[in-house]
Amino acid sequence: MFSHTCPIFLHNYIILMAKITYITHDNQNHTIDVQNGLTVMEGAVQNDIPGIDADCGGGMACATCHVYVKDEWFDKLPAKEDGEEDMLDMAYEPKKNSRLSCQIIVSDELDGLIVNIPSKQG
Amino acid sequence: MNKTDALIIGAGPTGLFTAHQLKLIGLDCEIVDNLDKIGGQCIELYPDKPIYDIPAVPECTGEELTNNLINQLKPFDIKFHLNERVDEVKKENDNWIVKTNNGTEFLTPNVIIAGGVGSFEPRKFPVKECENYENKSLFYSVKNKKIFEGKTVSIFGGGDSALDWAVELSNNSTVNLIHRRDDFRGAKATVDKVMSLKKEGKINLFTKYQMTSIKGGNDLESIDIKSDDKEIKTLKTDYVLGFFGLIMQLGPIANWGLNIDKKTVEVDTEKFETNQKGIYAVGDICNYPGKLKLILSGFHEGALAARACFKLARPNEKYRFEFTTSSKTIKDRLGVKGD
Repeated sequence: MFSHTCPIFLHNYIILMAKITYITHDNQNHTIDVQNGLTVMEGAVQNDIPGIDADCGGGMACATCHVYVKDEWFDKLPAKEDGEEDMLDMAYEPKKNSRLSCQIIVSDELDGLIVNIPSKQG
Repeated sequence: MNKTDALIIGAGPTGLFTAHQLKLIGLDCEIVDNLDKIGGQCIELYPDKPIYDIPAVPECTGEELTNNLINQLKPFDIKFHLNERVDEVKKENDNWIVKTNNGTEFLTPNVIIAGGVGSFEPRKFPVKECENYENKSLFYSVKNKKIFEGKTVSIFGGGDSALDWAVELSNNSTVNLIHRRDDFRGAKATVDKVMSLKKEGKINLFTKYQMTSIKGGNDLESIDIKSDDKEIKTLKTDYVLGFFGLIMQLGPIANWGLNIDKKTVEVDTEKFETNQKGIYAVGDICNYPGKLKLILSGFHEGALAARACFKLARPNEKYRFEFTTSSKTIKDRLGVKGD
């Protein structure tokens, strides 16, 4: 819409965001807008959402950004890369719907994504 | 009591290069690390993974980087204290007294924390009651394999440690191997061996199971494991071994009166000194505006912290900046011939 009338706005002001809901272990809901292209882990860390440690900084090397993805969303996420499942072996209480949040990149398709944060990361 | 000009906590790439910088400018140093080997995260987390952003090294693995850094330290005599964790730091006049969990003591004006994201500790079972049996009948590493002879041992995990011990202990013990999924991440040869031992009836394999409870009085009696399909099995067992890798804990550093924010230590960007005079933090564990968690940043931080150490270690001398290409003194320290 803007692109015809005001292309500068397009470049400078329109940042695409998706709403991501993080539910902490004590059942607190945190719904925030996360910029497309960031990871679900980065969205949590930048917004001070408790329970995601991300010790290795997003390198798929520590399993401390472990989340449970709500079932209805789990199959919509891009498949796990080699190595993510290996790291999940080491996560605290891994389940079938476990993912490393550093490996989930936010996009329009993920608008509304809900993830549960485990009681601890290690 | 070990007296040294600087004590480095952490033998990862940053700690190693910081040692190099200290020795180049004529200070001595010792290094303590909680792990049993040199290399820190590079060795523990990604020994085989290629790194592409070390200046002038287009590609190297964590292990190669570590070996090169160790080689770079060859001209120097540096004492490593591996398998030791620094527990206590206390001020005494112009020095710090540092104690490790093994009782080793250091007296030094300079403490450099190059601790990455803290010390590595084994990841534990989520089942809380496991604590009651820890180091009695439940272990996260094997110190004496003889105790398992003739007993039933339940091993959890899907990596090399779990598989190697399952194979090894199957000679003289009844072994249950339990893993949360069908795939194992251990070496293929070991996985094949486990599968053949399973066929021979020497290893009882339970995949897609995880522990839900642990039972017994003083002695461990049994564990419950639950499958993805919610089926519960009770296994009688004398011992439990868990191999879930290592997790990084900030550990005792948290109690040293340093300004800590989100598991990192605040420092200035001139000396990389913390709020405590003579205690520095470099590498992934330090935090300042613009901090990048890159190995190359750790090298820079260590080089500057080393210069800051000089002032406290040699209060009556003046530090003089010199290049390795031209300084005779440095060449002598390196044991190389001058031009």
